[in-house]
Amino acid sequence: MADNQKKDQSIFTNTLLTWIDERFPLSSMIRDHATEYYASKNFNIWYIFGVLSTVVLVIQLFTGLFLTMSYKPSVQEAFDSVEYIMRSVEWGWLIRYMHSTGSSFFFIVVYLHMFRAMLYGSYKKPRELIWIIGMLIYFCLMAEAFFGYLLPWGNMSYWAAGVIVNLFTAIPVIGETLAEWIRGDYYISDITLNRFFAFHVIAIPIALIALVVAHILALHHVGSNNPDGIEIKDYKDEEGKPVDGVAFHPYHTSKDLVGITIFLIFYCAAIFFAPEMGGLFLEVDNFEPANPLQTPEHIVPAWYYTPYYAILRAVPNKLMGAIILVAAVLCFVLLPWLDKCKVKSIRYRGWQYKVGLYLFAISFLVLGYLGMKPSTGIYVILARLFTIIYFAFFLLMPFYTRFEKTKPVPNRVIYKK
Amino acid sequence: MNIAKTTIVTCLYVLFIQSELIVASDDVSTTNVQIANNDVSDTASLQRGARNFFNHCAGCHSLKYMRYNQMAEDLDIEENQLIENLMFTQAATQDPITTSMLPSDGDRWFGKSPPDLSLIIRSRSADYVYNFLRGFTIDKYSPTGTDNQVLPGTSMPNILWLVKEQLSHEEFDQFALDIVNFLDYVAEPIQLKRKNIGVWVILFLLIFLIFSYLLYKDIWKEVH
Repeated sequence: MADNQKKDQSIFTNTLLTWIDERFPLSSMIRDHATEYYASKNFNIWYIFGVLSTVVLVIQLFTGLFLTMSYKPSVQEAFDSVEYIMRSVEWGWLIRYMHSTGSSFFFIVVYLHMFRAMLYGSYKKPRELIWIIGMLIYFCLMAEAFFGYLLPWGNMSYWAAGVIVNLFTAIPVIGETLAEWIRGDYYISDITLNRFFAFHVIAIPIALIALVVAHILALHHVGSNNPDGIEIKDYKDEEGKPVDGVAFHPYHTSKDLVGITIFLIFYCAAIFFAPEMGGLFLEVDNFEPANPLQTPEHIVPAWYYTPYYAILRAVPNKLMGAIILVAAVLCFVLLPWLDKCKVKSIRYRGWQYKVGLYLFAISFLVLGYLGMKPSTGIYVILARLFTIIYFAFFLLMPFYTRFEKTKPVPNRVIYKK
Repeated sequence: MNIAKTTIVTCLYVLFIQSELIVASDDVSTTNVQIANNDVSDTASLQRGARNFFNHCAGCHSLKYMRYNQMAEDLDIEENQLIENLMFTQAATQDPITTSMLPSDGDRWFGKSPPDLSLIIRSRSADYVYNFLRGFTIDKYSPTGTDNQVLPGTSMPNILWLVKEQLSHEEFDQFALDIVNFLDYVAEPIQLKRKNIGVWVILFLLIFLIFSYLLYKDIWKEVH
């Protein structure tokens, strides 16, 4: 097979490729990461979200580039320049909607990608570092979205940024100074807007790209997990290729193309028919310029932070709330060591983890909903209840996973044509 | 994987359908509230709305993100019609729609300068503006002689009272609705084209999906 392909290539490409290969490992890179990178053939729908995250990252980088060409990071001009992009820049509205819808879809695919890892134990040995790098990507993504959210200089941008920066004042002694240092001023001002812009377009994107490369390199070093949670490298044919694996290119690329197309249908439906998504993707208060004298009725962060916002407000003490908020995010990092069960995939795990994971998923969604509601009455009580469930999933994990009755794990992956 | 499917369906449900409910439940609770249900594709209504706006609203309220000529082009209004019937200031046709009232005068006369209305529909919703225009009531203790059901204590006088006297109940509702419809267009002038382009984009993707699926099936037929 490989010999035939070589004969087909013209003399020109062959010489050019040889010339490059003597100076840069092009052919071996293509082999290692595409044509001879073997991943399990039984990937299901959950395995599309990694690719989709990369697709959205690229969309965000390109649309962001074009937005910066017309955006003005100053208090006087920011809001007007966004409306200028929406009305006067050729296709500016499309670029802006792609970017604003893209940020929400980024979180949708990343949350589903994380849930996939939790379903099939992708964070377990030998993939702990992939998981940790992935969590760093998630933290960077939250920072990136936070900095970007201030840039349109809408009223919700202004007040939400104020609330988040004020969280730092909860830290004893240095809190006030720290918040001042972050803002660069005593309040959210032109200086803050300018530095948030710098972080949004330079610092965090570079970190994100570097981490994504590290995430993929680590993945390709140990190999992809699969819905059965078994190592396909354990069963190789005489050529040394995993019998249950198929090459990333052309097999997984052609399959991913179908997934990407379906994703684009949802993404474009949102862009063209519901770019505001009923106030979830673009908040109504953000169509008014930032006004320090007029507080929005309910200050609510963007929907992808609302689970954590609900957790923050569920705690009566500000400092404790901030600590528990950070703990809620950091819990994920410890997952590889909290989970004591040897079996990876939920298909063969006991009822304890199944119940735990689904309760956790439900509490995450409910907290997300509660984070958008005012923190009064029944909403606070529910937020406290689901915060306890959220933490119980992580903190009790070393106990309930130890006694799981697992099913026997097959040697080969289950693949139905 | 039934569980997987159920989870995805639930996520999509929460995302796409639940969001509508969240918004619906946040509406202002007043009596006689009606849903605007305006249609920005109705050019005749937009033209009437522009007429109403420039004759009754533009003295105080600007549309600073909208240009006269862009509006005329989108609403099928001839240039001479635009200049004669809708432009009451010294502005050129390519200028943004501003008002000649100084903000300082507005502050002095009304307590708060009349706001720019370019984005009022996106920040407050069509229903809000529609019911605001219809919601004036007599209040002899107020400096303007009126109050508003939607925004109690508003400093805006009931400037449409003469129109309301001359028109029937239904005609006045239509009058207000045309203004709302026009402002809806102004809030996002691209919205009509956006949806038309969207239909073609989705159609293209659906056809592309067929081919990408066939390619996938062809490449995977040797995998057992």
